[in-house]
Amino acid sequence: MSGADLSRRAFVKGGALVLGFSLLPGAAFAEFNGMGMPPVADALLPGDLNRIPWLDAWIRIAADGKVTVCSGKVELGTGVRTALIQVALEQLELEPGAIRFIGGDTLLSPNEGFTAGSHTMADSGTALLHASAQVAALLRAGAAARWKLAPDTVLLRAGRALAPDGRSMHYGEAVAGIDLHRMAARTSPLRDPARYRLIGKSLQRLDIPAKLAGGAAYVQDLRLPGMLHARVVRPPRPGARLATAGLDAALAATGQLPGVRRVVRDGSYLAVLADGEWQAVVAMNALAAGVRWEGGAVLPAPDAIHATLQTLPSQDIEVLRRGSVPAAGTEGARSVTARYTKQYVLHGSIGPSCAVGQLVDDELTIWTHTQGVYPLRAALAELTGMPFEKVRCIHTEGSGCYGQNGADDVAADAALLARAMPGRPVRVQLMREQENMWEPFAPAMVTQVRAGLDAEGRIGYWDYELWSGSHNERPGNAGKLVPAWLLAKPIAPSPSQPMPMPEGGGDRNALPLYEIPNARVVNHFLPVTPLRTSAMRSLGAHINITAIEGTIDRLAALAGADPVRFRLDHLRGQPRARAVIERAAAMFGWKAGARARPLRGRGFGFGQYKNMMAYVAVAVEIAYDPDRRQLSILRVACAADCGQVVNPDGARNQLEGAIIQSASWTLNEALRYGPQGIASIDWASYPILRFSGVPERIEVALIDRPGQAFLGVAEAAQGPMAAALANALAEATGVRRHALPLLAV
Amino acid sequence: MSTRVTINGKPHTLQSDPSTPLLYVLRGELALNGAKFGCGMGQCGACTVILDGKPVFSCVTPLSALGGRSLRTVEGLGTPDKPGRLQAAFLKHQAAQCGYCIAGMIARAQALLEQHRHPSEEQIRAWMEPNLCRCGTHYRILAAIREVAQEGLA
Repeated sequence: MSGADLSRRAFVKGGALVLGFSLLPGAAFAEFNGMGMPPVADALLPGDLNRIPWLDAWIRIAADGKVTVCSGKVELGTGVRTALIQVALEQLELEPGAIRFIGGDTLLSPNEGFTAGSHTMADSGTALLHASAQVAALLRAGAAARWKLAPDTVLLRAGRALAPDGRSMHYGEAVAGIDLHRMAARTSPLRDPARYRLIGKSLQRLDIPAKLAGGAAYVQDLRLPGMLHARVVRPPRPGARLATAGLDAALAATGQLPGVRRVVRDGSYLAVLADGEWQAVVAMNALAAGVRWEGGAVLPAPDAIHATLQTLPSQDIEVLRRGSVPAAGTEGARSVTARYTKQYVLHGSIGPSCAVGQLVDDELTIWTHTQGVYPLRAALAELTGMPFEKVRCIHTEGSGCYGQNGADDVAADAALLARAMPGRPVRVQLMREQENMWEPFAPAMVTQVRAGLDAEGRIGYWDYELWSGSHNERPGNAGKLVPAWLLAKPIAPSPSQPMPMPEGGGDRNALPLYEIPNARVVNHFLPVTPLRTSAMRSLGAHINITAIEGTIDRLAALAGADPVRFRLDHLRGQPRARAVIERAAAMFGWKAGARARPLRGRGFGFGQYKNMMAYVAVAVEIAYDPDRRQLSILRVACAADCGQVVNPDGARNQLEGAIIQSASWTLNEALRYGPQGIASIDWASYPILRFSGVPERIEVALIDRPGQAFLGVAEAAQGPMAAALANALAEATGVRRHALPLLAV
Repeated sequence: MSTRVTINGKPHTLQSDPSTPLLYVLRGELALNGAKFGCGMGQCGACTVILDGKPVFSCVTPLSALGGRSLRTVEGLGTPDKPGRLQAAFLKHQAAQCGYCIAGMIARAQALLEQHRHPSEEQIRAWMEPNLCRCGTHYRILAAIREVAQEGLA
């Protein structure tokens, strides 16, 4: 790419990102890049009110009393829409069904960046809790003023303000004359948690009925008048370019196929648009068969990847230094060392990514299952050269993504193809092999640990290093989107940046919560690695907690202590951590000193997600068949503390899902690839857990903390479950495996 | 050339090319949402429908294979407002997260429960093996099917 292109891109990128935030300080700019958030307006405002402080950005009340609640967080299949509505219903004194909800629309909802990292309830839920309570107070005050009563004599019930004498008015009347476009206050008149009607109740999820009976539930189900179906043809590997020989003939022949309306080519970018979806697939196959590709990146061999990672240029970030750790070779007798590895893992959405785009009168609308409508809008504006405010992204559910899958890329396809056919809605869905080959994988990682006991048998020191590529390649600039790489005037991704602590990226949960006097943790962030990678549920916490908890088990054995007791003894100042460990151990029937039967194993795992979100402890029992290399999960006991629980069944659903998903990653999942490219193109070449592998029994207990902050929970069990499995397999076999997946040949 | 087929109890004469995979006919010509595109290779079950009582992958079944036969999809088992027996059990157990796999799960399980009124846990797991869920909702899916397996469909 030429220097002129680079400077143009920098200008466009700066223009796109800075619009509206022209006085953005450096730190806020970095935040905006990382999580796509606007800068902090008042750090003392609760949740995302601190960035979007206007009450009417969250709550709107129409003249007829109808209430609309807006969130920048989107439904990714975790049930957050229902939980967010519950929070607002509670504080606004409304009954279920009384709220219209808008989640993730650049025209209508606040900019809360990405829906990611188990942040939704903590950030948006907290904002809605307080915004709703403050609006409720304004409603009481408004009605009281109309009646000339003291505000504290007015009650709200089911959408009406009530006077002591029995008079009432609906919320639209109560709010008349009150402008909700006002800054939120730092404190709110919250309802007493002991008297909550809806927070803490397992309301049924609002999205499930349509999903069970073929209702229109997903962007895949969107049918707009005159809509065309598109399919793309992607290169066989990154960096490959379209060969010109025979290209024109292939393009022309494809254009003659039944139903085909347009064959799009821009550099190495190829797509077909047809009346019918199957016609588009047929045309895509014909075009793919008729074109040739040249060059492209040569990928490393999977067995060399971890050694490679440890030699790549790195940014070395010391994320913890406390006391001092011994020099190499002076660790002493009662110490352990280990090197853990993890292979690349697929997000593996069951439904390949999909988007619909439409360009009408210079305004582009994209229906997308992106995790961040605002950051995507900025990237699409750059990609298309359109002004920011002429692009609207509307979140519409897709298949579960578990992080950055192909959602943003296919939204870029929809933008490019809608522009190719102005006026017509264009629906584009990736094929299975396109989703698999081009999604940004969960990064391969290496971690190394040295730890040892002091004279009293407590952990004396902890020394931990990790090597990882980027866990955050979200848009960002337009170059974070695959289609942008393929254009005649390609746009390269902006440089990868580490995600800072306390959230962390590869180093998420790299700091043990255990009380250890001497500790050092170093994150070797690798800006450039062989494969495209990005966020997948729990980021580095999956391997970091596995490494920490495996090492804790080994240290407990050296100390002659029961592993659960040993954990509790190193969490003396952390009662909530102790409580989940004690609860899981009790549910499981954990007995100190008990020995499992031959080829049976018990394992324990604990973590507080990011050391600041939900606490989760997991105990498992497994049976291992060495002849068939088969592991059966007999039972799982999980205890979690996610603060004030909004929807207990929803939280349990997320924890159960995390337990099963993590079992699949941990036992079996590794991306297959080789010098020729990605080989995991389908479910045969990327097997995931099926019904036969589901644990026989899963029990989940929630420790509710009424009045406490909401703590993110959806990604909190992945690490503890992986650790418990690794520890159980070590007990069952007598051999500790340090390579993920554990059952890899 | 047209194809005559009974879908959810109603006769249809379909105009799509007979070589078209059934999935695209359902989603296109019939505008039904239940069957989903997942892999196009019969490996994930998101597109599962019930053909003459048996679960089939609609993504690899050409329309031409349907002539004169009876096809059912989740739309034929109930509606969001009036769910059928198995759908109601999925609702009760909140057996979905993203839900993209769920219509296929229900179609496959329905075929089992019509053939075997009271399948065992082992039979349920073995029968459901071809269908994939990525959210990890399996445990709830099993609970929903188990409930109907104990009480019966009717």
